[in-house]
Amino acid sequence: MDIRVQDAPFDYGQECAGFGADRSDIGAIVTFCGIVRDEHSTLQAMQIEHYPGMTERALHKIASEAQARWSLSDCLIIHRFGRLKPGEKIMMVATAARHRADAFAAADFLMDYLKSRAPFWKKEFSGEGAEWVAAKDADEDALKRW
Amino acid sequence: MTLDILYFAWVRERIGEPRETVSTDATTVAELVDELRAREDRYALAFSDLSALRVALDQDLADFDAPLAGVREVAFFPPMTGG
Repeated sequence: MDIRVQDAPFDYGQECAGFGADRSDIGAIVTFCGIVRDEHSTLQAMQIEHYPGMTERALHKIASEAQARWSLSDCLIIHRFGRLKPGEKIMMVATAARHRADAFAAADFLMDYLKSRAPFWKKEFSGEGAEWVAAKDADEDALKRW
Repeated sequence: MTLDILYFAWVRERIGEPRETVSTDATTVAELVDELRAREDRYALAFSDLSALRVALDQDLADFDAPLAGVREVAFFPPMTGG
């Protein structure tokens, strides 16, 4: 299990290439990357705030839960904080398992829990000002399926 | 009892500081919130709608009726938006 919370950018390609590379008992790897989206060409930056200490604790808890529920060979979470520009990569998860169903399900679970149970908050800056991103009911509802 | 109280996101902005240390006799989170609300308008405003807030005790999510016995750090923040 590898969990990193950082303000520095990460190299998604390099992380994907290195994940699980030293093992031969893995049959499936699923990776996901979240990106700062500028849907209406108005976003200048996104500020991500987090709760140092609790963030790492929450991510470990979520990843441990995923490892306990599915047969995961390995799991990686990288989540950035600080000021990001549109198009920058915010975070990634990678899951490795013997079979794809476990890798897919665990990655999906990690993302659902990261959305609503990891202490990060996003603020969007545009020409019109700044606004905190509100949590969606759908994100909270998504947890019920697990 | 002395508690470290932390605020994040818009809660931090409304209160105007990221953390403070308070001395309190509150036995639950709800009692602590009542004490804070009574202090100043900026607290009353930040805590006007508890359904829009989450609380963590010693870095674990908790409910507003949770007891404060043995707790050292309380954090208030809006629903999280990670990922």
